[in-house]
Amino acid sequence: MMLKTFRADLHVHTVLSPCGNLDMSPGRIINEALKKNIDILAVTDHNSTRQCRVVMELGRQKGITVWGGAEINTREEVHCLALFDEMNAIDEFQKWLDKWLIKVPNNPDYFGDQVWVDAEDNILGEEERLLIAALDRNLDESYQLVKSLGGLFIPAHIDRKSNSLSSQLGFVPPDIQADALEISPKAEPALVDKMGWGKIKPLVAGSDAHWPEKLGSHLTLLTIKDTKLEEFKRALNGESGRSVMPELLKNKGG
Amino acid sequence: MKVKNIVKELGLSVFCGDESLDREVTGGYVSDLLSDVMGNASEGDVWVTLQTHKNVMAVASLKEVAAVILVKGHKPDEDTLAQGIEEEIPLLGTEMETFELTGKLYELIQNQNGG
Repeated sequence: MMLKTFRADLHVHTVLSPCGNLDMSPGRIINEALKKNIDILAVTDHNSTRQCRVVMELGRQKGITVWGGAEINTREEVHCLALFDEMNAIDEFQKWLDKWLIKVPNNPDYFGDQVWVDAEDNILGEEERLLIAALDRNLDESYQLVKSLGGLFIPAHIDRKSNSLSSQLGFVPPDIQADALEISPKAEPALVDKMGWGKIKPLVAGSDAHWPEKLGSHLTLLTIKDTKLEEFKRALNGESGRSVMPELLKNKGG
Repeated sequence: MKVKNIVKELGLSVFCGDESLDREVTGGYVSDLLSDVMGNASEGDVWVTLQTHKNVMAVASLKEVAAVILVKGHKPDEDTLAQGIEEEIPLLGTEMETFELTGKLYELIQNQNGG
């Protein structure tokens, strides 16, 4: 079996996120990814999957694997990545998001626009509810749902001072129900080591890009057979030589 | 002032920790960020929060707070309750919102300390 190391940015926002730059259109995202030799990227807008389909299709045409999902905000106000690689699961996941996102109207002048667009940047729709609000579902309930749809559940930027396991719950619960833990672009390798997070779950990284220049600035190196999400799952389980390594920690003897 | 006096005066429900209701209350702390509670709550405080995760009990134990009060009718998660029972930490509940509960709690503790 031939393994190859793929460069993956597992945390990318688009124009749909209220704080996402309007330049983060599907076309621009894929171009940036091509320019930066990224093999896999994950579209993770706040509490919505509505921009996934177009980016996934465009990625397919241009030879970049795009996983879809969202960066959800749980009842504890902990941000978590939910990743899928097929549209049926994403559509089911969207229904769940629509059901549980609390109904606070967005104020575009204050928070930014929440539109999703086609491959030519034409607006396809606008989300009326504020996407950075929280879901009325807790961490465990969210994990169960994502797993039931065949996805991966990854608490985001666990080292950050806001909307993270560390900020909301004081520390990363050693028995956290998750597939991996994401460290932020600002994570200090020495701190990550000291906190022992890597002993709880495999660590991953993403850019958390809200504008094009930042896309790909932090990557996870996935040594796997192909770019299917199933292979990423196997790598998280450490099956047959597969591995997952945040680029940030690569020189830490890992 | 003991935890049991607060339970009685404010009509709180007791999820667990019945055996520890004689604990002395010396103050209070209100926060839903557990990282903040870890840094700032004091021993003997009553901690008011709407978080229900198991880490609430870990932080309560670490900081040796006298009791935890969950507001707005929130119920502890199953494993939160299990840990509260095991550690004999009073975990209390109210239908009141934080503002109302805290106002009453403050008055109660101040009166006690003043008198």
